[in-house]
Amino acid sequence: MSDSVDILSTLKLVYTIYALAAISIIGWYAYRITRDGESKGVVRPVYFWSYAGVLVILGTGLHFLTFNVVPWVPMDLDRANIKAEKTFKIRYEKHKIDLDEKQMQVPCGKYVVFDAYSNDLTYGFGIFRQDNTMVAQMQVVPDNGNDLMWIFHKNGTYNIRSTEYSGPKGSQMIIEDAIVVSGCQEDDIRSMR
Amino acid sequence: MSFVKALIDGNEGGLKHEGMTPMQKIAMRFVVIGLLYYGLAALEGMIMRLYEIKPLPFIDESHFFSIMTVHPMVGIFGSSYMIVFGAFLFLTPFLMKKPIYSLKLANWSWITIGGGTLIMWLAGFIFSYAPLYTLYWPLPADMQQFSAIGGIVYIVGVVGIMIGTFFYTYNIFKTIVYTPKGWEKQPSAALLRSALGLTAIANFFRRKDTEHLVPLPIAAIARGTIDVGLNAIVIMSAGVLILIYLVGNGLFGMDLQHTWVDALLYKNMFWWGLDLVADGLVLVFVAGTWYLLAMMISGKDLYMQNVARAALFLEMVVSWTVWSHHLMSDQGQSNFLKVLSGEVVTALELITQGIAVFITLTTLYKAKPIKMSNELKFLLGGILGFMLAVPAGIIQADLGMNRVLHNTQWIIGNHVHVAVLVGLTMTLYSAIYVLFPILTNGVKLYSQKLADAHFWLHLVGGIGMGAFMGMAGIDGMLRRTIYYNGEYNTYMILAGICGAMMMLAFVLFLYNVIMSVGLKGLFGIYKSSKIDTNDCIVEQKDN
Repeated sequence: MSDSVDILSTLKLVYTIYALAAISIIGWYAYRITRDGESKGVVRPVYFWSYAGVLVILGTGLHFLTFNVVPWVPMDLDRANIKAEKTFKIRYEKHKIDLDEKQMQVPCGKYVVFDAYSNDLTYGFGIFRQDNTMVAQMQVVPDNGNDLMWIFHKNGTYNIRSTEYSGPKGSQMIIEDAIVVSGCQEDDIRSMR
Repeated sequence: MSFVKALIDGNEGGLKHEGMTPMQKIAMRFVVIGLLYYGLAALEGMIMRLYEIKPLPFIDESHFFSIMTVHPMVGIFGSSYMIVFGAFLFLTPFLMKKPIYSLKLANWSWITIGGGTLIMWLAGFIFSYAPLYTLYWPLPADMQQFSAIGGIVYIVGVVGIMIGTFFYTYNIFKTIVYTPKGWEKQPSAALLRSALGLTAIANFFRRKDTEHLVPLPIAAIARGTIDVGLNAIVIMSAGVLILIYLVGNGLFGMDLQHTWVDALLYKNMFWWGLDLVADGLVLVFVAGTWYLLAMMISGKDLYMQNVARAALFLEMVVSWTVWSHHLMSDQGQSNFLKVLSGEVVTALELITQGIAVFITLTTLYKAKPIKMSNELKFLLGGILGFMLAVPAGIIQADLGMNRVLHNTQWIIGNHVHVAVLVGLTMTLYSAIYVLFPILTNGVKLYSQKLADAHFWLHLVGGIGMGAFMGMAGIDGMLRRTIYYNGEYNTYMILAGICGAMMMLAFVLFLYNVIMSVGLKGLFGIYKSSKIDTNDCIVEQKDN
């Protein structure tokens, strides 16, 4: 099962290749446009419409791809109909994060919900590995429901921190080792204590 | 020529401001103030870049976030709005071959936007007011963290900017439709329909096309200006709401509850308005500017002109329905809106902007060989910027990717800064290089070597800074967050070096411009014109 590190590493590779290709195309174009020799008439409309078609496929295809490849998308869209093994209540107030349990013990491979509530400002709820890479996050909007459903497939100890700016007082809202996942066959090497 | 003489008088005599029309002077006033605000935003950006490497001892957290609050406001409104408005207030009458509707209103536009930006900036500098540009409710009215007076000063500044924006909007549309004194009656309704794109839509259903009464760049200006006006209404409304709470709770000790305003509904409305800038007028104006520049540089008609007009209209409609991609991590937001507005409509931006890239490059290519002039190289830089930034935006506007990219440095680096600094700013530089001889009656550039250095430093610095910020974001670095333990120092040092390259690029550009026009000419643009005309330029008489 792929996790955020796998997805984001792929993004880094694919986007870097794309960026280098885009830079090369513009560089080549800039060279060609200054060279002698007339352009061969008007570009045929079929090329233009084919190009537009490719843009449509790329723009919408990305979402079909991630729906099928990124494991948390179907779960997120259907979370109202999925029964969670455990729900963790998290309260935000006056730039502090309060947990019901000092350390949230998460069973491996089971649906869990992080249910966050704020009654003053907008905050964020983010789960981070020990090496600071992000597992997942959501916004915590005051006086509204904020529920993040998740499944962990690796053992590890995770930090949580607010991922949204809530004024200068909220810049370091972090709880270290707030989530402990156990019972998996594989360890999250980026998040082991 | 000695350095001092060139500095004062400019290159080969520099700018003779006595020969400038009022409209030339007004456009130059906008551009000069806009460039100065760009310098301020760049300086603020460098301070923040250094702070992200190691917090500076003379700036506390509160002030750091107040810099972060005013930085995008100065950059967008003080700089980009000013340069764009100045250019379009000049180009609209210039391309329509008619006088501007009101010189007075045009002057009041730069005064109120420039003054409003300064007042808003002072709220951050003096009072450390720091709710960020997002103004998520109820943070801007949080009296526990900010002083009421700081917030009031900030809102007054923003209101000033919006009033100037309304002046600009009214002046543009009035210039398009009005009948100048002594002229034959203009077909106002037909002009307005053409400018808004309604004629182009109607042509799809007619056997015989109706002629477009306004040139394509005017259509782009008009459609983008619709978003400018709508955005100003939303920002003003948010400003009034915040002001009520600041004055009520902060000054009169009332007990207005923040819960009277639903934070999620507010966020939806506010992002609807903000996206009229980020995903609306910026893209519409940029596409329109590319088309104009391509036609001016190549001397050719635009390739696929009808499609270009339709794409501009589509982009305007997209900008009204795209806001939900900012709320994909808000679990209270409906899935329907996240998928339809957030993912599907946002994907249309890849298509509209991609079409603009294709049309612009093809139009230029038809005219090859073309000399690699300053305007051409900056135009290509601007196109490259959007080729990099728009796909980055499409990627983050995806339910799967947004869960791990939202509020990271990816958003602000790869997407926002590459779009604004490489895409938008290089397009604006291209427009400046095209307009420079027209506005200054043919002043010669002081140094081509400096112009080349400006180009390369800005291009490499802008792409590099965005890339290193984006890589930090992929590794989990949040935006709007201070890291005290050097967690991302490698990326931040590299991003800082790239930022310094852009700062140096701007200094070289400013020096080149000052040495070209001379200080005498530069200050002269703020003196009243001695030429009594509403026309853009004085026609040269044949001897």
